[in-house]
Amino acid sequence: MANEVVLLDFWPSMFGMRVRIALAEKGIKYEYKEEDLKNKSPLLLEMNPINKKIPVLIHNGKPVCESLIIVQYIDEVWNDKSPLLPSEPYQRAQARFWADFVDKKVYGASRKVWSTTGEEEEAGKKEFFEILKTLEVELGDKPYFGGETFGYVDLSFITFYSWFHAYEVLGNINIEAECPKIIAWAKRCLQKESVAKTLPDQKKVYEFVAQMRKRFVSE
Amino acid sequence: MAKNDVKVLGAWPSPYVMRPRIALNIKSVNYEFLEETFGSKSELLLQSNLVHKKIPVLIHGDKPICESMIIVEYIDEVWTSGPSILPSDPYDRAIQRFWAAYVDEKWFAAMKGLRSAQGEERKAFLDQVIEGLALLEEAFGKCSKGKAFFGRDRIGLLDIAFGSFLAWLKVTEKVNGVKLLDEAKTPGLVKWAERFCADAAVKSVMPETEKLLEFSKFLAAKMKGAPPPKN
Repeated sequence: MANEVVLLDFWPSMFGMRVRIALAEKGIKYEYKEEDLKNKSPLLLEMNPINKKIPVLIHNGKPVCESLIIVQYIDEVWNDKSPLLPSEPYQRAQARFWADFVDKKVYGASRKVWSTTGEEEEAGKKEFFEILKTLEVELGDKPYFGGETFGYVDLSFITFYSWFHAYEVLGNINIEAECPKIIAWAKRCLQKESVAKTLPDQKKVYEFVAQMRKRFVSE
Repeated sequence: MAKNDVKVLGAWPSPYVMRPRIALNIKSVNYEFLEETFGSKSELLLQSNLVHKKIPVLIHGDKPICESMIIVEYIDEVWTSGPSILPSDPYDRAIQRFWAAYVDEKWFAAMKGLRSAQGEERKAFLDQVIEGLALLEEAFGKCSKGKAFFGRDRIGLLDIAFGSFLAWLKVTEKVNGVKLLDEAKTPGLVKWAERFCADAAVKSVMPETEKLLEFSKFLAAKMKGAPPPKN
């Protein structure tokens, strides 16, 4: 059977980017379909009726939803090259733990940085830096979260880097000053073709986020 | 393997703690259950789970593993001689993981909301819980393909993820005076719940409804700031 792979996505989504990087790492050819989230396609609603969210990977007509579940699926199906998760169970559990940490913590805190003001924003910034510093400790002196090579945790977090410029301008923060190791790690990741070709231009993301901010904050 | 090579840090009322215990039972792995005292966290817990400071924690040898569903997958990958908890097909695995995440992030969130809400809010949460159960009934049909469990012939990942909430579901039914699992609306789940609770791997770790109901009253009183009822 021909391997038909379709990705329903939205260009600034850090969750969708994770899937794009995984597909690039594995060298998988796929059809990219851009969704208008204000006007979701019948295909998206059919393929993800529960959450109605992107990204959705459609493999030979069958949908897989939730970015980290999709990445694990890709790693398991296309298991002949570029493993994303470690092979040893304890290291796999650690990788899953930290990707889960990124999921549970980074988005929520970062959202407060760009979509709120005043005390709520200040609290959000504090939380955001605490989370990044926890990740810095976990990274330690390793080149990647995965150790010597780019892996699952790197993939799950690097996509947020495309939003850093937006956080900095809208939140009036300096991420490199607070967390230099994270920025050094991000630049290292960007040397990988799969990452460099996937992450959108930071200024383009900033314009998008600035527009979104208007819905939450009147300035 | 020596019993004290595998430890689970937890507490008997927690559905999340049940999950690794069920998984270890499925694999016939002996383990030491270290019960945390309610209201305080042991040194061992704080050292083993620096990031979240939460139960459950599995300690295998000297290595801690945290987050209940991550622990379950770890158990499945380490003890390969026992029955498999995850299916072998990647698509089936993705479906099991999707619904396990749905149960944790959406459905149980609505259940928790229901426990603490009042008036109009309570009705909204109740609707969400019932809607979720309808979706899970449909998922059960698709996953089980006419067999006993979401994992088909044997208890699998999604059975563990969802089944661990059954004791709290029964308590919620009593406290709210509602039927959540209903023979008319969710017949598949009603029978599945009976089979799950009766399973050898589950029976010894599933709290009795009455005991959990008492604990629930204790918790509710504590949250209101009143002194807990005398046992």
